[in-house]
Amino acid sequence: MPVSPTDPPESPEAVAGALREASYLADESTALISFLAQRLGKPVLVEGPAGVGKTELAKALSRSTGRELVRLQCYEGLDEAKALYEWNYRKQLLQIQASAALHADDRDTAPTMGEIFTEEFLLERPLMRAIANPDPVVLLIDEIDKTDQEFEAMLLELLSDFQITIPEMGRIGAKTHPIVVLTSNNSRELTEALKRRCLYLWLDYPSSGREIEIIRLHAPEIDQALAGRLVEIVDMVRELDLKKPPSIAESIDWARTLILMGADDIDGKVFRESLSIIIKHRTDLDLVAEKIGPRLGRSRDGAGANGSAGSAAAGDGAAEDGA
Amino acid sequence: MTEAILAFCEDLRGEGLAIGTSEIQDAFRALEIVPWQSQADFREALATTVAKSPKDREVFDLVFDRHFFRATEAAALEHSPDGDSSSRARLSEANQEALDPESLAEAIRQAIESGDESAMNELARLAIEAFGRDGESSGVVGVDLQRIRRGLGLTGSDTGSGEGREPLDRDRLASFERQLRRELQRGQIERQGALSPSRPLADLNRSLPMRGASDLAAVHKAVTQMKRRLATLGHDPRGARRGRTVDVRKTMRSSLETGGVPLNLSYRPIRPRKPEIYVLCDVSTSVSSAATFFLSVLHALHDSFRKLRSFVFIERISEVTHVFEDERDFTVISERITSEGGVADVSGYTDYGRVWREFYEDVSSDLGPRSTVIVLGDARTNGRPPAEDLFARVAGRANRTFWLNPEPELYWNYGDSVMNAYIPHCDGAFECWQTEHLETFVDIVASGRAELVRPRQPSSGHRY
Repeated sequence: MPVSPTDPPESPEAVAGALREASYLADESTALISFLAQRLGKPVLVEGPAGVGKTELAKALSRSTGRELVRLQCYEGLDEAKALYEWNYRKQLLQIQASAALHADDRDTAPTMGEIFTEEFLLERPLMRAIANPDPVVLLIDEIDKTDQEFEAMLLELLSDFQITIPEMGRIGAKTHPIVVLTSNNSRELTEALKRRCLYLWLDYPSSGREIEIIRLHAPEIDQALAGRLVEIVDMVRELDLKKPPSIAESIDWARTLILMGADDIDGKVFRESLSIIIKHRTDLDLVAEKIGPRLGRSRDGAGANGSAGSAAAGDGAAEDGA
Repeated sequence: MTEAILAFCEDLRGEGLAIGTSEIQDAFRALEIVPWQSQADFREALATTVAKSPKDREVFDLVFDRHFFRATEAAALEHSPDGDSSSRARLSEANQEALDPESLAEAIRQAIESGDESAMNELARLAIEAFGRDGESSGVVGVDLQRIRRGLGLTGSDTGSGEGREPLDRDRLASFERQLRRELQRGQIERQGALSPSRPLADLNRSLPMRGASDLAAVHKAVTQMKRRLATLGHDPRGARRGRTVDVRKTMRSSLETGGVPLNLSYRPIRPRKPEIYVLCDVSTSVSSAATFFLSVLHALHDSFRKLRSFVFIERISEVTHVFEDERDFTVISERITSEGGVADVSGYTDYGRVWREFYEDVSSDLGPRSTVIVLGDARTNGRPPAEDLFARVAGRANRTFWLNPEPELYWNYGDSVMNAYIPHCDGAFECWQTEHLETFVDIVASGRAELVRPRQPSSGHRY
């Protein structure tokens, strides 16, 4: 239930609850840091491997607090003009020409600096939009590690004082306090200055229990046993030395795929057929097929030899799916 | 409490974390709004404000445990110098009936299954009491821990349980073990009446993941990390766009759009410097442990620099650029290099003199002001002539020459190592047997900060 956007949350538990309602299962530290971020008004720097829900956290925060999400996707070569603001030169030029034509006889009334450097001629970019928005927002600066150090330095003023200085106009301060989430894949070391201004949250792959919960939240049709098996296999795969280990998003995709395939259990065959959902590299594919494939085959044979227990459970699962 | 936290931060700084005053202020502000009673919250709030990288967090956790554990113990020692009226004594009286090992094991199981931290803590003390009563305590924490664990019949999910019971969650079992360990340490401190001297963490837990390039997986991870860093480094606009020249033609053309007023200046694009790199890699037996490391470095470099030519050498030199270009898989590459390289002639001992001659004759005409030559080798000539004059000529043609030596600097010039013959001709010589060394080196090369690297005097054995 979206609360009033300006109310700071009561406790970390309240934040966790609100995030859960926005379909994001936060662990204790995530909830605590989200809570601190809102109470202290400090930006949060979220780091961790790809696909553990860093961006999703910002989205969930926006949903749970009812704030608008302003997103700045970073990339190499991103500069102020695309992140902060830009003067609308064309409009300024038109203004000058129009008024020159209007006052062709009277040079003194030509537009002055003050007239063409106003908000009217300003093109707002994401950061500016977040600051100037009258309603509180959640500002997501995604993949900050992709930008250059210069850009990071430019962010410092914004992150510590929530204001932007435009030389021609002066300072523009935030009307409300945005929640700022920065994400990084840790592909390069961020500067100390930036880190100093942020709360730090390291998101890692979740524990198996939590991952099962997350999968069941996003793919509710999957039955408990299958989800458990899936997470177990994904954990095994992550332990291998892969180029790109499967992320949570890929586990969820895999769960949905299994539902579509109507699989009751993950055996060697199902695994091979759906492997490409979680593995996205040719060399990884080979490695996983070699290391995990045989183990699955064996365990299925084992279950078959044990007799009815396994198949009965599978039958139950199927019945549930049907109902 | 304020002092306790400041002392803790001081401790962290001692371990090499950069904690500024502003971070400590943040920590205090965070602790104002977080309930102090819950240890988990307290810890997280502190961690998020002062520990700002996974590495820092690791150190933080270790220091946190040590610091606050020691602090409470020190306080306890002060308040009860006799140590007998401690919590252990009180507990054992109150729960005498619960010390039956069977029911205790059951209770612990339940606590672990439910993940109840405080119950686990109580039960850990009980377990120590139950199994330590017979005077069996060995005085070594690790040994006692194992004994108690066996006595309770606790098995993790990985080992599987033979008694037909549900296996326990591994993480929770580990956390119970932590409690046990802590209580055992506490008991030890009580018995001895003093804290064991505090050792800096660096000795214990922060040893590097790899030494001597033994662990290929670790190298590969480090190299991948480095590769990414290289990729971003290479494209930095140099000098913050200073020296950009306006492309007049393009500017005029686009100004037509706005009535001849040149609003948008077009600049000539800055081409990032693309160094041509020549890597010469020693693959002889004297560096065999490092050779894998070097090959994986080569592998990584090939991904980052398009103009890279690599050579391997023992007695003669052989170009292996095509192997890296054809193959993506590292194991295949190393196999092909060993089989097709054709670098060993008769003896299999490195012959630097011949290598330089061959390199000079075949390749050096391609060297130019944009070339960087990197030699990976130990400079052990096996008594053969080092031919430093030829090396000097190679280095003279190239823009920059670096030498990475897999041996610690201490061993240079001992035995048949002739590093000093080559060092005067290099722009820099580095010891390189840890991924850290490699990163330093890569930073220097990729950033093009040539002024960081100075030729070294052969006489002085200092490091950078």
